[in-house]
Amino acid sequence: MTDVSVASPCHLRINGQSYSADLPPSVTLLDLLRERLDLTGTKKGCDHGQCGACTVLVDGKRVKSCLILAVSIPDAEVTTIEGLAPDGHLHPMQQAFIDRDAFQCGYCTPGQIMSAVALLEEGHVHTREEIREFMSGNLCRCGAYNGIVDAIEQVVARQQQERAGEAA
Amino acid sequence: MTLHSAKIGQPVSRIDGLAKVTGQARYAAEPHPAGMLYGFIVNSPIARGRIEAIRDEAARAVPGVVEIMTHLNRPHSALSEKSYVDGLGVPGSPYRPLHDAEISFNGQPVAVVLAETFEAAREAAMRLEVDYERWPHNADFEASLHQKYMPGKTRSNYVPPKSRGNAAEAYALSPIKIEGRYHLAPEHHNPMEMHATTVIAEDDGTFTVWDKTQGPQAVQAYLTSALSLSKDQVRVRNPYVGGAFGSGLRAQHNVFLAALGAKMLKHSVRITLTRQQMFTHVFRPEAVMDIALGAQPDGTLQSMIVDGVTDTSRFEHNMENLVIWGLINYKCPNATADYKVAPRDTYTSSDMRAPGAATGVNLFEMAVDEMAYACNMDPLAFRLHNYSDIDAMHDMPLTSKALKEAMQEGAERFGWYNRPMAPKSMRDGKELIGWGMATGIWDAMFSPTSARATLTADGRLHIATAASDIGTGTYTILAQTASEAFGIPIEMIDIELGDSTLPECPTEGGSWTAASAGAAVWLACQSLREKLFRTLGKSGNISAWLTEGLSNKTTVLQDGFLQDKGADENLRLSLSEALSLTGQDRLEVEETAKPGLRGTISQMRKARFTHSAVFCEVRVDEELGIVRVTRLVNAVAAGRIMNPKTAASQVRGAMVMATGMALHEESLMDERVGRFMNHNFSEYHIPAHADIPDMDVLFVTEKDKEVSPLGVKGVGEIGMCGTAAAIANAIFHATGQRHRSLPITPGD
Repeated sequence: MTDVSVASPCHLRINGQSYSADLPPSVTLLDLLRERLDLTGTKKGCDHGQCGACTVLVDGKRVKSCLILAVSIPDAEVTTIEGLAPDGHLHPMQQAFIDRDAFQCGYCTPGQIMSAVALLEEGHVHTREEIREFMSGNLCRCGAYNGIVDAIEQVVARQQQERAGEAA
Repeated sequence: MTLHSAKIGQPVSRIDGLAKVTGQARYAAEPHPAGMLYGFIVNSPIARGRIEAIRDEAARAVPGVVEIMTHLNRPHSALSEKSYVDGLGVPGSPYRPLHDAEISFNGQPVAVVLAETFEAAREAAMRLEVDYERWPHNADFEASLHQKYMPGKTRSNYVPPKSRGNAAEAYALSPIKIEGRYHLAPEHHNPMEMHATTVIAEDDGTFTVWDKTQGPQAVQAYLTSALSLSKDQVRVRNPYVGGAFGSGLRAQHNVFLAALGAKMLKHSVRITLTRQQMFTHVFRPEAVMDIALGAQPDGTLQSMIVDGVTDTSRFEHNMENLVIWGLINYKCPNATADYKVAPRDTYTSSDMRAPGAATGVNLFEMAVDEMAYACNMDPLAFRLHNYSDIDAMHDMPLTSKALKEAMQEGAERFGWYNRPMAPKSMRDGKELIGWGMATGIWDAMFSPTSARATLTADGRLHIATAASDIGTGTYTILAQTASEAFGIPIEMIDIELGDSTLPECPTEGGSWTAASAGAAVWLACQSLREKLFRTLGKSGNISAWLTEGLSNKTTVLQDGFLQDKGADENLRLSLSEALSLTGQDRLEVEETAKPGLRGTISQMRKARFTHSAVFCEVRVDEELGIVRVTRLVNAVAAGRIMNPKTAASQVRGAMVMATGMALHEESLMDERVGRFMNHNFSEYHIPAHADIPDMDVLFVTEKDKEVSPLGVKGVGEIGMCGTAAAIANAIFHATGQRHRSLPITPGD
């Protein structure tokens, strides 16, 4: 049994803005985002860390926000799909998802995109098999998997072109 | 830069893509009215019995709890079972949530905690104590088969099997026979978005209900009837739906309970089911099919006998078109089929993507593969040898059937013709390689649908219909349709869907939306253009070239401008200028697309289906039995393809789900308590990235002006039909081992 009336201090930076409040310790990062901050781009698909729909970046690393209690990561930097690109712009991964039809219903999409953005940093993008392996924590019931791999490869290819251009 | 009109058939990217990739698209659990209460459902842990007592002191003591709603204190809801009947047409007595103390299935809601926060509601739900009187139950499908029956009243879409010839005698006389029991495990839809409802209690006493549904108007009708509300008191919205696959065809209990709570407290309420609770309602029924096939040594089918059973609850008679598909699709002089349902103490099974056919086609196509091998014939050659150009069960011609072309194009793309016939003849290290194929068939349906088209002062075209885009690409294909039909760039079009107040549209499902809503939008846009020309012609203040053009019928509307065919490009008029010349600030039409007399006659005289040919390569680890699907090719004949990009995604998505059907998905019943026990994603496996290879979808040319006004057949289900069988048949080819039960684990 948890006592939902107890509150603990929570300090975070979310999409570049600082957030402070006293929260019951049972509030997950996911429920904080969705229910208290109206950042509903981060989705709840299982609440058990099994589907990846709630993936966000915490200090630049991809995590499942349903498995993190909000009060347990003091002063962390949280990035959600709403904070991925500045207003009016798209992150290349967001554009690639549109170009390659990498979603249907759109519900797992923010989690897939956040996971894919982190994957680029992790560098596990050498082959389609490697991308598949390292994206397998993000389920898609519409079955847009081929498109998602295409989108990630599109971004990787453009990055390589840009790097080649800089080198030349 | 001039923007150009889009056309039906172009690979336009999804127009709802921007909202979806930025997290701005709002799903059912995402509006947040001020002061909203959170509802958390408490489920019955027993399958049959009655509630003896509810002790709620501990639950009510949780800070933030506002009310605990049970059958004892709920507000008035309709008494008659008839008031709970929905559009799906499942005969029987529909489940009435929180109606009384009786328990009819495990997971049945017995209470809803309403609290100020989600955490408080969940905590209180865990503290609620309910005592039950337990009655004996049966949740075992095998045991229920002894009670199988044919419902006195059948489901409205049920197609009774029709026998021909003398199948029993022909089977007895056939020199080559196969016979077996084929089985499919129950499956759960598991859309990524869990079922959820947010009821907004508006200031004027009405309710705006954001629900995860495939039919906002069906939910509105259900709520007004079941909660004794008037039609103008309830508006249902579902602009974005996080997948459904049939789970949103019926109003699920979350929407009833959220609305009941809102009615009780006159307060906004949200209920979101947990992933575990997603296993307490609709699922694809478990099925068995006894199939016996007889043939001549040359591979000519002589007899087909199909006997199928699917499960249902004790209170409703859910039915599927399970046994008919082989009888329709194959030429064979003698055939018969029988179908029954078997009751058990669960919630009612219901439609999941390609209901009936996903099970019936795949299991039958596994038997066909066995028969081909019994005749020592290549499975593709066997199917071509027994090919039917008509609906062989009804002895009716078809509007079109490019299945032969699909078989040939698919086989070439896959490289099928190099296939060694013998099983277990290809290997790579410790992996056995197998190639299998199957064909698919699904209905091509068209339902009357209305749409509204409005031209506004800013020169934009607004399209509205109560269709639902559940990931199907409906927003995009309707925009393409409007763009071509009206002559306006897609960027100048707004599509409004997912609202019960919009023009009437049937619940999304069965692959009929593209053909039906597409036809309605086409009609409305053509009608609006005629109205614009007519109204302009009557207004006195238009320039000479336009007056002349309109009277000579040489004025065209293209890329958002009125101009004279072949005239100077400078002589053109934008839509906002044109509208202002009419002296009106908007022009609007509403049209309904219907089959009409010709269409109705055609529907009586000709059958209509989509078809497909699926080819698969698997690799099976010989020691561990691990199956990897390494190649999938699906050649689809589905009439006119409105958008090859979104259509291919539809087919691929169904192939992914069919891969789950073949290899992963199985809801396992704990018969002692009557509950599906693997009720989460780590125990109910759906395919993940690593399970799915690159899939090749091709659409074969199939011109069919008769099937629907736009020649469209729909592509939402066809990818399910045949793909699981192709995988099963490939596993046989790899291992030499036959499996007749899905999902397959080699070595079992």
